[in-house]
Amino acid sequence: MIATSILQSLPGRLAQAVEPAENNPVLNISIFLAFVAVTLIVVIRAGRNNKTAADYYTGGRSFTGPQNGFAIAGDYLSAASFLGIVGAIAVSGYDGFLYSLGFLVAWLVALLLVAELMRNTGKYTMADVLSFRLRQGPVRVAAATTTLAVCFFYLLAQMAGAGGLVSLLLGINDKVGQSVVVTVVGGLMIMYVLIGGMKGTTWVQIIKAFLLIIGAGAMTVWVLAINGFNFSALLDSAIAVSTSVPADAILVPGLKYGENPLDFVSLAIALVLGTAGLPHVLMRFYTVPSAKEARRSVVWAIWLIGAFYLFTLVLGFGAAALVGADVILAAPGGVNSAAPLLSLALGGPLLLGCSSALAFATILAVVAGITITAATSFAHDIYMSVIKKGKGDPDAEVKVARRTVVIIGVLSIAGGIGVQGQNIAFLVALAFAVAASANLPTILYSLFWRGFTTRGAVWSMYGGLSVTVGLIIFSPVFSGTETSMFGAGVDFAWFPLSNPGIISIPIGFFLGWLGSVTSTRKEDPLLAAEMSVRSMTGFGAEKAVEH
Amino acid sequence: MTESLQEKRPDGVLPSRIDYIAYEKTPKFIQLKKQRRGFVLPLAAFFFLWYFAFVIVAAYLPDVMAIPVFGKFNLGLVLGLGQFVTTFAITMWYVSYSNRRLDPLGAELRAELEEMDKK
Repeated sequence: MIATSILQSLPGRLAQAVEPAENNPVLNISIFLAFVAVTLIVVIRAGRNNKTAADYYTGGRSFTGPQNGFAIAGDYLSAASFLGIVGAIAVSGYDGFLYSLGFLVAWLVALLLVAELMRNTGKYTMADVLSFRLRQGPVRVAAATTTLAVCFFYLLAQMAGAGGLVSLLLGINDKVGQSVVVTVVGGLMIMYVLIGGMKGTTWVQIIKAFLLIIGAGAMTVWVLAINGFNFSALLDSAIAVSTSVPADAILVPGLKYGENPLDFVSLAIALVLGTAGLPHVLMRFYTVPSAKEARRSVVWAIWLIGAFYLFTLVLGFGAAALVGADVILAAPGGVNSAAPLLSLALGGPLLLGCSSALAFATILAVVAGITITAATSFAHDIYMSVIKKGKGDPDAEVKVARRTVVIIGVLSIAGGIGVQGQNIAFLVALAFAVAASANLPTILYSLFWRGFTTRGAVWSMYGGLSVTVGLIIFSPVFSGTETSMFGAGVDFAWFPLSNPGIISIPIGFFLGWLGSVTSTRKEDPLLAAEMSVRSMTGFGAEKAVEH
Repeated sequence: MTESLQEKRPDGVLPSRIDYIAYEKTPKFIQLKKQRRGFVLPLAAFFFLWYFAFVIVAAYLPDVMAIPVFGKFNLGLVLGLGQFVTTFAITMWYVSYSNRRLDPLGAELRAELEEMDKK
């Protein structure tokens, strides 16, 4: 899957297509259609009760902690996790594992510092919390801007990934065929979100996460069984066929990030601090009835995501041992083909069909989750709170949200088709970096620092966003190397790292502090006290919708 | 409440008769806030430092990670799996602390506030 930054050095792999003999596109498509049929029924049933804004945006806050935990895992385990991390471990060994760790540890930030306090003070969006005790207009617009930016980067990466996946799984290599698939994915996503709202989208996530974790778990047991349930023996057989020099280099850091360790440190910081600032993750704290359920959902998410990454460790080395790194790299889809090829080696075309359909379902569900987040933010923060000054009709707000879904869907289809074949692997890393530099400082300051002001929030959000995007533009991602977007011929890259987090995150925090201490306008002490009391006690928090 | 104050109210937050500034200074609320921050902030600092120490060793001292421990397990794998263990352990510890200490106190204060709001 294109959506991981570790794949940046593997451009154009999709082009050298070699159809695996046993791949059966008809079977793959049938299994995927079965998933679509089942989830559509669920979505239609879930959509029946969507009456109010709270229903549409938060599924009536009626999900239990465990259900929401599955949905969080479903949102979070994108195709980048399933295909990307298994592939990275299969090809780069330990460095792939290193990458997965950041995604897990990040959840402690969400659990300890953010989830419950957010749930207690907010209603629908991140901006609800950030603007609670500051000036509504400027803070909401800034928060909606960063929310939409993160969603856009993430969405584009997923849509482009869908196109790349197609060539691998369905044997469609021409641009027209891939564009058709991107359109189908986008169209289905619009349908899910329009009909089902947050409740329908959440159920799709739950089903997908369940299938993904069960599927990965079953394959893990299978791989371990082949090796007599001895992980050390599995490592031995992976080393035996390894082509790296020395062969056991796959067990040591450095195969992937050895050349630029600072870039990896920068990526790791963005992963750990970005997760708790991702808008579609924050949104998930509102789909439960209380702060306690929000905590339970994060706990479930940590167990599920942790288990999944342990599975990918086995599956990655399993793919290295049973398929071989050079075979994986030579296959269409390159490093992303490790998980599908492993399932082919284990269970033949049927298992390959299942894992391919799972990868598609993953993209579909993740895209739906991000779209509803972006639409909610636009309708609630910009339309309702800024344009209508909070006095608009709530029904009209939901109507705006639905229209926004269609617009975002069409834009992401167009964008997804536009970026086919482009090296846009950096987009997910960029989404995390923006979330960590623009969103997280403001979230933490809002929740933990009384002296934080409107100016601090606005400076931190716009500053964090523009510094992050600016550094990416002047990094090797855009120009100066063979794998850059503009190729080696154009070179305006003066920033040496592909991951800007190590610079942009401190800048985001610094600007929040600087803006606050230089503020001349005093914030309302009553609202600050109220926010503090409410965030700690849960008094006055939004209740579940009764039907 | 005057019109200008009304406009400043965050979305969906109804005006309340509770004097939050005074409430914030009550001993019980101070205790809840202190307990919560006293627990989560050191823990957050700990996992953060532990994770970054691990990342920096992995990035700059790969030879340290290559030190064999048992079987094919080297220090890198053991420390990496250690990250899983600490993440799960911190999660469980926080949940148990919240259930024992934070939730009862929070619920007590919430009931108190709801009572005040009715008057």
